[in-house]
Amino acid sequence: MWRAIHRLGSPAIFYAVAGRLQPWCWALAIALLLAGSLWGLVWAPADYQQGDSVRILYVHVPTALLAQSVFVLLAAAGGVFLVWRIKLADMLAAAIAPFGALMTLLALVSGALWGLPTWGTWWVWDARLTSMLIQLFLYLGVIALRGAYTAAESGARASALLALVGVVNVPIIKFSVDWWQTLHQAATFSLVRPPSMPASMWLPLLVMVAGFYAFFVALALTRTRSEILRRESRTRWVRERVARTTGKAAR
Amino acid sequence: MRMTPRSQRLALVLAGLVLAASAVGLTLYALRSNIDLFFTPGQIAAGEAPSQRRIRVGGLVEAGSVVREPQGLAVAFSVTDRAASLRVHYRGILPDLFREGQGVVVIGELAGDGGFDAARVLARHDETYMPPEVAAALAETGGPP
Repeated sequence: MWRAIHRLGSPAIFYAVAGRLQPWCWALAIALLLAGSLWGLVWAPADYQQGDSVRILYVHVPTALLAQSVFVLLAAAGGVFLVWRIKLADMLAAAIAPFGALMTLLALVSGALWGLPTWGTWWVWDARLTSMLIQLFLYLGVIALRGAYTAAESGARASALLALVGVVNVPIIKFSVDWWQTLHQAATFSLVRPPSMPASMWLPLLVMVAGFYAFFVALALTRTRSEILRRESRTRWVRERVARTTGKAAR
Repeated sequence: MRMTPRSQRLALVLAGLVLAASAVGLTLYALRSNIDLFFTPGQIAAGEAPSQRRIRVGGLVEAGSVVREPQGLAVAFSVTDRAASLRVHYRGILPDLFREGQGVVVIGELAGDGGFDAARVLARHDETYMPPEVAAALAETGGPP
């Protein structure tokens, strides 16, 4: 088990394995997102109170979930990089941070668009919305810190450290609607009780969530691979690989 | 016991996480009443809310309490948390989701007569979603809306 993880931690081996997985992930992501969009936006029923604006849910919930999952992964990668000095963890972190920031922004924008017709306002400073905005700033900080040092290694460490500290915000976002009085409603889904939503609504939502996760995995594989090529461009295995694909001898 | 550099770094990262979490936790605990978006009618009745200052009050619109001005936008209704209720006066357009039994957050000032002058009304909705046909069927059988 540990040997397999160690082997996968080598950029060359990860590059090859990810290259084989990549097309399947992209195909799965496109299929799930297409099916989920059609199901959620066309065939799923409207809500008894909100009407058709409830369909924003099929974009809002996956983006908000991804925004937080990506941050947890970012912090885990940061921890692995700081403690075990595994370069691949830092390459992964560099590859996924912009995607997480984009998901956070999309969750905020789709939430604002949903809030306007249902709540009567696009923004309030309640605990859920504010903690999500802080998450966006944390993402931007993690991305900016990486480029703020002349030495790439120092930037990587500072950014990993901020990701680790910032992960404290994730449980705050999750439980903000339970700990404080907020305009945002409490969670519909929980592990201990059935969802307060019929299957005709949560099934398409499940497909959309799975599609967003598949999209994330596919994008993370592709972006990490190009990050590997960029950073390892001087190593022998990359030169040999390039030589094999272009048909020229490695210099 | 001597630690290897790696386990030293691991301990440092874990200790940092615990410290950061407790710092944030204590801050939030100290600020807990300020993070709440609104007061409840019960808190208002207990005199916990400041008067002559813009505040927010949240609760449910009491069933049968909504009175609309026949010609105009003025409306009065009671907001309740089932412990106490507060009479709210408002002039303006109400959000689509506003109805009796619905959660609302009203923004405004406490009036001298024990009522509340709202400048804005926001609707809350709960975490329950269902198609209109299901809601209609439930209403017929007398179940929850």
